[in-house]
Amino acid sequence: MSTETATPVTRPEAPARSWRGLGWGFLVKLLLMMIVNAVGLSIIMSAWAVEAWAVLAASALLLVAANWVYFARRTLPLKYIFPGLVFLLIFQVFVMGYTAYVATTNYGAGHNVDKGQAIDAALINAERRVEDSATYPLTVVRDGDTIGFAVTSASGAVQVGTEEEPLAAVDGATADGSGRPTEVPGWEVVSLNELLSDQALAQEVTQLRVPVSDEADEGSLRTREGSTAAVYRSSLTWDEEADALVDSDSGVTYTANEYGTFVGDDGSTLPVGYRVGIGAENFVKAVTDPDLAAPLLKVAAWTFAFAFLTVATSFLLGLFFALIYNDDRLKGKKTLRTLFILPYAFPAFLTALLWRGMLNAEFGVINDWFFFGANINWLGDPWLAKFSILFVNLWLSYPYWFLVCTGALQSLPSETTEAAKIDGAGRWRQFRSITFPLLMVSTAPLAIASFAFNFNNFTIIYMLTNGGPRFTDTSVPLGSTDILITAIYQISGVAGGRADYGLASALSIVVFVVVGIVSAIAFRQTKKLEEF
Amino acid sequence: MRNTIGKVVIAATSVALLAACSSGTTDDEPSDAMSEEPTPAASETSDAIDATGLSLTIWVDENREPAVAAAAETFMEETGATVELVQKNFEDIRADFLAQVPTGEGPDITIGAHDWLGALIEGGVVNTVDLGENASSFAQVAVDAMTYDGQLYGMPYSTETIALIQNTDLVGEDAPATWDDMIQAGIDSGADRPFCINTNGETGDGYTMYPFQTSFGAPVFVQENGSYTSEVGMGGEAGEAFATWLGENGEKGEGYISTTVDYDINNQLFNSGECAYTIQGPWALGSFTDVNFTVNPVPSAGGETASPFVGVQGFYVSSQSENALLANTFLTNYVATPEAMQALYDADPRLPAFEGVDTASAPYPDAIAGFQASAEGGVPMPSIPEMGSVWDFWNAAESAIIKGADPVETWNKMITDLTASLEG
Repeated sequence: MSTETATPVTRPEAPARSWRGLGWGFLVKLLLMMIVNAVGLSIIMSAWAVEAWAVLAASALLLVAANWVYFARRTLPLKYIFPGLVFLLIFQVFVMGYTAYVATTNYGAGHNVDKGQAIDAALINAERRVEDSATYPLTVVRDGDTIGFAVTSASGAVQVGTEEEPLAAVDGATADGSGRPTEVPGWEVVSLNELLSDQALAQEVTQLRVPVSDEADEGSLRTREGSTAAVYRSSLTWDEEADALVDSDSGVTYTANEYGTFVGDDGSTLPVGYRVGIGAENFVKAVTDPDLAAPLLKVAAWTFAFAFLTVATSFLLGLFFALIYNDDRLKGKKTLRTLFILPYAFPAFLTALLWRGMLNAEFGVINDWFFFGANINWLGDPWLAKFSILFVNLWLSYPYWFLVCTGALQSLPSETTEAAKIDGAGRWRQFRSITFPLLMVSTAPLAIASFAFNFNNFTIIYMLTNGGPRFTDTSVPLGSTDILITAIYQISGVAGGRADYGLASALSIVVFVVVGIVSAIAFRQTKKLEEF
Repeated sequence: MRNTIGKVVIAATSVALLAACSSGTTDDEPSDAMSEEPTPAASETSDAIDATGLSLTIWVDENREPAVAAAAETFMEETGATVELVQKNFEDIRADFLAQVPTGEGPDITIGAHDWLGALIEGGVVNTVDLGENASSFAQVAVDAMTYDGQLYGMPYSTETIALIQNTDLVGEDAPATWDDMIQAGIDSGADRPFCINTNGETGDGYTMYPFQTSFGAPVFVQENGSYTSEVGMGGEAGEAFATWLGENGEKGEGYISTTVDYDINNQLFNSGECAYTIQGPWALGSFTDVNFTVNPVPSAGGETASPFVGVQGFYVSSQSENALLANTFLTNYVATPEAMQALYDADPRLPAFEGVDTASAPYPDAIAGFQASAEGGVPMPSIPEMGSVWDFWNAAESAIIKGADPVETWNKMITDLTASLEG
């Protein structure tokens, strides 16, 4: 900054520094920021409309920060990194934070909703139609703010009632052909049209219960669609002061326990519960529950073996082909290389499904063509299934390493190899002491990334064996080719079983920590490679 | 409102397009249809309903979208409300509905299967419904399936079940009475395999095998007064007898049942005439284009009636819907009508759950009758939440027994593990 004032005359300013007014650049920035602000404001407004306060606060904060960053003068570095930071916050930090939050709750089957919704659902379940009761043609009526039901009974008499006042006959009312009252003295008739187009009124009407008589036991009228009413009776009531649901028929009081389950004083429970925080219980269960811990340990061991062996075999095979097809004497290299890439270009899940068919013991072509039609059960035997997974994954991923190694080989300096040749090193010696170490510098980080990817390679396992064949000596439904991520999927029950998102989130965090530690250690090791 | 204008426009256009593509019957007739009916709803009040600005969100799967769109078209015309159809994979709807209703992002109505009901109730996401005027036209078995603890939670519209499908060129039209008769007829026909059945590969498929299991008197859960309890019913001698039978006919025994046969291989074997008999549902008929076939009830293997699972599909209303009144109006006055039910059937021919639906428009009208006969001897698939835990244990045990594991031991371990899992 000081140079601007110190040398105003002696040498011409760089164009960017001599700029003093509002140029095109500023206009473009203004335009972009207008779009950003418009989008941000619309998000804030829609968050306001659905009362999502956390989203509102976060987007307001980010929007203010964006404006400050791009309009303040002193925030030059931030101008470059701000978009990246925003994405990092939304797609990484938030997702991890939310997973961690879910891991401390019992969110899952039976604990799916919040407390208010659970009480709603319990009341819905308990409200039953009175047996053999009639359906009445209904018109909604109102008097100021009071809403009532006008119904025509079987005898043709029109009766009106409200939440407070039970049904009582009204004189002078008329009804149309279908029996729905059209005019009720003392009440304003609400047309179906008005009812359906006014969401607030419609909600009020669906919640309205008009007692049939002074006897509460005889039930109340309710309507679902605004034109007919039927008599319903609810056995449960919500006692707000006691924080309990009371069953008026059996006299049982259901109070919520610390797991968000309503337990009656006779020991019975209601089907609907709500989700509550349960601290570290999911983590403790994941590690100490013997039913879970033993199979998970086996699964973890196979996960490491699978990820390591996949990377090792595909790297070595890819490197081998790369070395051979990198020879200058070879003709048609481009065509051959293109053909090599093919397995990599197919979608992995499709490939896995195809292999699943080819490896079928009785009908698969692998047995028919290569093993004299022997019934080798590739996917049904624990060890053969593991081998099949590794083999198919090798087929899928060696082209990647072929590609990477070819690129790395071509960028190696030819002087070092030449120098080695002159020093009298043989081919093997050249490869071991020069080519391979140099190659590792550029490919080791990729190998670690590939390890982390395969650690969570859900597709190949799910599509090829679905984790099977099942362990026969455990009580949880896991199998010998399950890796941690498919085991978590199985335990979470999203596929149709009893969902336990809390436990699944806790397990994902454990896996995340493991992958993180392994990757950190491995990256440290690769630094040593660079010191060659 | 959570619906952006763009979404509404897209939904409206696509609904209009779909309606234009679907059969013209519903488009031409709504006025007649409404006046014929004694519905006290919109038709007879002098003022037309004008719910403009309100929007009903309905989740449907790909097959049923045109059908629901046809019903929605009439509804939109007469009420002015917008219906937004969101197309989802049928398999995803259960988990998504459970996850999204509590957040307020769920739909007002969704298509669903009756066996989700227990989980939906336990999750607190589903409301009770009323069938309205035409309640008596619904098949009782379908209404019962949608009923949980005495309360009706869904409006059924179709049922499905599996049945014995036989190659008429090989074994004629007559239904075999027992498993042994069927195998003998299959062998006599000279087919490569007398019988084949989908075991879903190594995974196992308790669903398709279930009629044989029930013929030994081993239901999944004990039934009391028509509804299932959470007590596992397939243990004991009956279950062991079934397991033994499964082992005898498995890979190490007669070899009629094999884990190498999955859905596609099974259908291919039958379609190529290599199998005389198979067990499949109406959804697989499209794969049997090269053979002449007929559909019969499943023969008994253990002496008792072979009862397959009957599944029911229908509409659920969200417990958190802000448009409950509109949603119920749509269901009772625009779906529970003969015309709408016919349109649903024409768009996606499944066994209707509504009387009076003309099934002639289906590609295989005779087969529909066969499946209906099979369904009559069937039992509803349990809708209690415990059923979700059963599949994994059950399928895996059957798969292991078919592959040659000790039947009784494997079966009893499965019962022990399952019971423990249900209690824990």
